[in-house]
Amino acid sequence: MLRWLQSPASDTQITHGQRMWLYVFACIAMILLVLPTLIVIPMSFSDSQYLEFPPETWSTRWYAHYFGSPEWMQATATSLKAALLTMLVATPIGVVAAYGLHASRIGFVRVAFVLLITPMMVPVVLIAIGAFYAYVKLNLLYTLTGLVLAHTVLALPLVLIVTGSALKGYDMNQEMAARSLGAPRWKAFLTVTLPQIRFAVVTSALLSFLTSFDEVVIAMFISGGDNPTLTRNMFNALRDQIDPTIASISTIMIVITSLMMIFAQIFGRGASDK
Amino acid sequence: MSDMSINASGLRRDETMERMRLLGLSSPALILVLVIMVIPVGWLFYVSFIGADGQFSLENYERMIKRKSYMRIFYTTFQISLLTTGLCILIGYPLAYFMSQLPQRIANLCLITVLLPFWTSLLVRTYAWLVLLQKRGLVNDWAMSLGLWDEPIKMVHNMTGTLIGMVHIMLPFLILPVYGAMRAIDRDYLKAAANLGASPRRAFWTVFFPLSTPGVFAGALMVFVLCLGFFVTPAVLGGGKVIMVSMKIVSNIELFVNWGAASALGVVLMLLTVAVLWIASRFLNLEKMAGGGH
Repeated sequence: MLRWLQSPASDTQITHGQRMWLYVFACIAMILLVLPTLIVIPMSFSDSQYLEFPPETWSTRWYAHYFGSPEWMQATATSLKAALLTMLVATPIGVVAAYGLHASRIGFVRVAFVLLITPMMVPVVLIAIGAFYAYVKLNLLYTLTGLVLAHTVLALPLVLIVTGSALKGYDMNQEMAARSLGAPRWKAFLTVTLPQIRFAVVTSALLSFLTSFDEVVIAMFISGGDNPTLTRNMFNALRDQIDPTIASISTIMIVITSLMMIFAQIFGRGASDK
Repeated sequence: MSDMSINASGLRRDETMERMRLLGLSSPALILVLVIMVIPVGWLFYVSFIGADGQFSLENYERMIKRKSYMRIFYTTFQISLLTTGLCILIGYPLAYFMSQLPQRIANLCLITVLLPFWTSLLVRTYAWLVLLQKRGLVNDWAMSLGLWDEPIKMVHNMTGTLIGMVHIMLPFLILPVYGAMRAIDRDYLKAAANLGASPRRAFWTVFFPLSTPGVFAGALMVFVLCLGFFVTPAVLGGGKVIMVSMKIVSNIELFVNWGAASALGVVLMLLTVAVLWIASRFLNLEKMAGGGH
């Protein structure tokens, strides 16, 4: 142990002992990053109103309350539908746009690229009230279509950036080879290019799903009536009081995102093993 | 000769056509962004110059300068954004440095602790802090049983809670680019510095740190810009006592139905964001950052 403390830790010849503080600090920081989220999980199984940790008596009453409430169930269904549809709209539109911008090298491309990633830079509140106003005119307020379109706009920059950077690392000459052998452009894209950027496409799809599923501010304005989203209801519940039901919903959401992360990892490994 | 030039111009025309068609592939995305975002935001810009009487006026902007409450909101927004960015650098930089020193396999495991919160819903994380920091919450319980303080401290529904929550949410945005920049640094430079007699501290500050600054700038910029327009976390953890610009915009619409005032605030918020990005773009290659962000 002592020898380890005095052994050099990096190329600068600093010893492990001299930078012990860094190890302690980093461990505390990592615990603080993860713990607050994870601690919600055991708390959600507490029987008490006040969400003790560790729970004195365990129960699944908050889950029962969540699954038994038509409002929460309806909101969950809306959120899942919106997220799935956003994924199905934003991914193809975004991938095709990224491909078009990558392959076409005229001056306007830069303008189009900047325009397509602005939703990431414009404050989301502004997008929300703008969409709210537009939807009143277009009769899209409180509709699933409206929600999906707005979330698609938010997801497009991510799709464009992720797919775009994958295309940068892809050799377009392979597609040229396919085309010179007689494949039409669309077929060359589908059979040669797409399989090679599939990890980026899958990542884009997952990011689109999560963008929509987690989105609060836009949903606050343009979802409602019969179609409020899960996050909108959660946010409203949080503003009033600490409702323990939200702990159970949070746990379910953590499980969903973790599963998606694992899914992305598996796909990622498949792509890099090649 | 003339045959060849006709052929060449024909080829060029074909190529231009092809490029236009390829560009056309981005039109569905462009139309969507235009209709759902650009045109409505443009309309808000117009509304911000319309007074209560329906005529052109600057009253929405004058109000912002004249009323102290508005100035305070802008002050709070900048204060929170700067503090959050600073705290994220103070916590994130050493952590990223730590991870960059580990072997790749172990570093990847440590990265999960950054990626897990990154992927977890914002609302869930905000809620977690609300539960932990409340008066009867876990942090107060533990601190009191350890004897750190005797009375439960109010840590939520105020500035403290807002900052804790925001730093936690923004940290991954700082750590990921900083870590990426650190991994890209060639270790031989440090070996050379040590070889030439630099102390570990000197090698770090004169060689490693300067090479890692592009990552720090990129991360800090991202955090700062995201903070400027932040809504959910301050709204929940601030408990109405911490008011940022985006929250004032929402209350202007929801409570007062004052589109002019809300739009003017929104326009100023957006211009501030653009200004920050513009200033940053003079020092950094933003496009490379956006294109390289993975």
